[in-house]
Amino acid sequence: MKDESLSEDQQHNAISPLGYRFNLDRRAFFKVLGSGVVVGLSIRSGLSQESGKVSNPHSEEELPNSIAAWIHIAADGRVTVYTGKVEMGQNIRTSLSQQVAEELRVPLSSIQLVMGDTHLTPFDRGTFGSRTTPTMGSWLRSIASSARSLLIDMAAERWHADRTSLVASDGLITEPRTNRSISYGELTRGQHLVRVVGAAITPAKDWRIAGTSVPKLDGRAFVTGKHKYTSDMKLPGMLHGRVLRPSAFQATLVSLDPEEIEKIPGVQVVRDSNFVGVLSADEYAAANALKRLRVQWKAVTQPSENELFNYLRNNPAVGGDRDRHVVGSVDKGRASAEKKLAQTYTVAYIAHVPLEPRAALAEWNGDQLTVWTGTQRPFAVRDDLAQTFRIPKENVRVVVPDTGSAYGGKHVGDAAIEAARLAKTAAKPVKLVWTREEEFTWAYFRPAGVIDVKSGVGGDGNVVVWEFDNYNSGPAAIGTPYNIANQRIEFHAADSPLRQGSYRGLAATANHFARETHMDELAHLVGMDSLEFRLKNLTEPRLRAVLQTAANRIGWKESKNSSTRAIGIAGGTEKGGYVATCAEVAVDRANGTVKIVRVAEAFECGAIVNPQGLKNQIEGAIVQAIGGALFEGIHFKNGRILNPHLAGYRVPRFSDTPLIAIDMLDRKDLPSAGAGETPIVGLAPAVGNAIFAATGIRLRSLPLAPDGSALRTESSHAPFCHVQ
Amino acid sequence: MPFSLLVNGAEHRINVPPDESLLSVLRNRLDLTGTKYGCGEGQCGACTVLVEGKPVRSCRMSVSSAAGQKITTIEGLERDGRLHPLQEAFLRAEAFQCGYCTSGMIMSSLALLEAHPHPSDAQIVRYMDGNICRCGTYSRIIAAIQDAAARHG
Repeated sequence: MKDESLSEDQQHNAISPLGYRFNLDRRAFFKVLGSGVVVGLSIRSGLSQESGKVSNPHSEEELPNSIAAWIHIAADGRVTVYTGKVEMGQNIRTSLSQQVAEELRVPLSSIQLVMGDTHLTPFDRGTFGSRTTPTMGSWLRSIASSARSLLIDMAAERWHADRTSLVASDGLITEPRTNRSISYGELTRGQHLVRVVGAAITPAKDWRIAGTSVPKLDGRAFVTGKHKYTSDMKLPGMLHGRVLRPSAFQATLVSLDPEEIEKIPGVQVVRDSNFVGVLSADEYAAANALKRLRVQWKAVTQPSENELFNYLRNNPAVGGDRDRHVVGSVDKGRASAEKKLAQTYTVAYIAHVPLEPRAALAEWNGDQLTVWTGTQRPFAVRDDLAQTFRIPKENVRVVVPDTGSAYGGKHVGDAAIEAARLAKTAAKPVKLVWTREEEFTWAYFRPAGVIDVKSGVGGDGNVVVWEFDNYNSGPAAIGTPYNIANQRIEFHAADSPLRQGSYRGLAATANHFARETHMDELAHLVGMDSLEFRLKNLTEPRLRAVLQTAANRIGWKESKNSSTRAIGIAGGTEKGGYVATCAEVAVDRANGTVKIVRVAEAFECGAIVNPQGLKNQIEGAIVQAIGGALFEGIHFKNGRILNPHLAGYRVPRFSDTPLIAIDMLDRKDLPSAGAGETPIVGLAPAVGNAIFAATGIRLRSLPLAPDGSALRTESSHAPFCHVQ
Repeated sequence: MPFSLLVNGAEHRINVPPDESLLSVLRNRLDLTGTKYGCGEGQCGACTVLVEGKPVRSCRMSVSSAAGQKITTIEGLERDGRLHPLQEAFLRAEAFQCGYCTSGMIMSSLALLEAHPHPSDAQIVRYMDGNICRCGTYSRIIAAIQDAAARHG
């Protein structure tokens, strides 16, 4: 199998561009100067990692090794931290601030984070893949720790004191023996300093600020409505833009008659190749003008939903990934199996539905372009803008205001490119906010997929063979954590009918759904309890711990399933986190409804940086997972999305929310892993397994119960598996 | 057409098309951007404001129907630097992640507590079901509403 971290980046970012080719003039190059710093630190390779271990070969590529502007200590003691990561609800503004405060030994209130600004922050590949905590967190801790060490040296030099007699605490260097002290600000004032990093990081067991439930730092701005998201921003002279969307995917513009709307005062039409937009100082006028444009598109025939899964199987991506992982011999494994099972699982395309739609505000100043936009990859969007407008990337500044969520959906800069194109013609700042329908249609989706699993169990209940073929949904968490001597696991990239890309947890949800449903089917096949069967085939202690914890919390052993109410279990590991989910469902077969009544989830991600923030992420992941598990699905036909509105695309609401019990296993002896994604993967299989436990109906497609028809019509005595 | 809007106790005279949405007027003409656009179809509740004390999806109400009525937006809750008890409760419960739904959630909660000062959890779920939090903080929002009701009911 490929290097996980490399393929992870590909998985996250293999999103086809909207493909604008603008006819623009080539302009001159303007050099932009970076900002100055007071304390600069030169970082020696490899030292960013916990205990000097190089666990992620990518980190040195993504974090500049030269003199870097990560931390600025002002004369008044205020600390500014620069990171290219962005805040979109995952609460890293708070958790990263805690980690810097911890290592620098300053009060949390003295820290301000500058995030996701390509002119101010060091390069960053993007905020995805649950990398902020393990990579940026440990990196900033290293830098803060080194800065503290440097400050001690400076004080020692100033006082001609022994550095080991000095203590850093609360923004001061103190010599306890003489009781003299000096503030960080006084020490650093006016000095430009370079230092090779090598100072020790505080172990989690000694944390005092990190590891605690610090509330969201700027929470007040959100409850008062004062926080300015991109979509709330305004610049003097700003125009509002709207983009004319094709009648279907890949449709080309045949004719456009702008005459009628060009008569409307204050409305301007912009056309460049296949791109058409309108501009007005008045958003209402821009939206209305767009509706009145007379336009003809030429569409092409495209695959529809009813043929999707066959299409994915039969249309491999040209030059696409094909990851293959083999252990032992599947032929021998098959021969030794006493019972065999082959099943197919599918997952639908689903939409991210960030509540703040894609938005961008673009302003040109000569050949300098500044764009504010909610994206997870500001530097990649900067590069895309530079390429699209044929200017040096130094001319482009992308700034990401804290954003109204993304869940993997905001990796690309489509809105930024569109706003910048409109602003180029307008010669004024232009704001573009996508409508909900545009979000549902012109963004991208979590990949749909087909997964074939073939397995066999020996007479003792050990799984002896495991074949797993995933078409299109992705290779994340495609491996099995169970001890299986003979395995063949393959990912087959396909030509996707719809634009697809990253989604919270990537394919880990699909692969966990297939694996953990199939494990449940095997347990029934051999007549074992689902939990016992898993534990029998599992030695990984971290996964065993979460499975047992979640099972205890929901009362797995004591519970009595009935035909209308039952509990299911699922577990797994991804991105360094270990999760187990138990779900209790109430099924009404007459009405075809499934209600998730209770969920118990146990999660372990090493040392916990902010328990309340982590709990919030886990709860949110469980609730978001309900949609993909039970009812979310994009419907499409011949290049058109059939349900591009919230009225036709159901997302989880208050009434869908179960009672949720969460156990967070804090392992202070282990490095912190990211936690924004992995807590989402266990719910769908746990719910499917619970539905089976109640009804005997095995549902193998996500969403499980979009309209309840499978529960109403299928006989509970139908064979739920076939033995080869 | 000229209209008079009474927003958070202040009168605004504006000249806009009568079918422009209240949301568009609040955000684009009065710079009250705390009220959010989420869907434009009345499905998500991010644009909720109070009109004569009743929760209204401002994306679906025309400015002409809102004219002359008392409108309250999220910006109208803080008084002399003091947060409204519901705002305090949302902060205590950390009842948000990205915060984009928060204004609409607080405005709907405000109307809920007017109608039911001591709501049951089931009443909260029924009343709030038109508001979406895509980050999934529903349990925390329920806790925040109960907290506010218990302290100030």
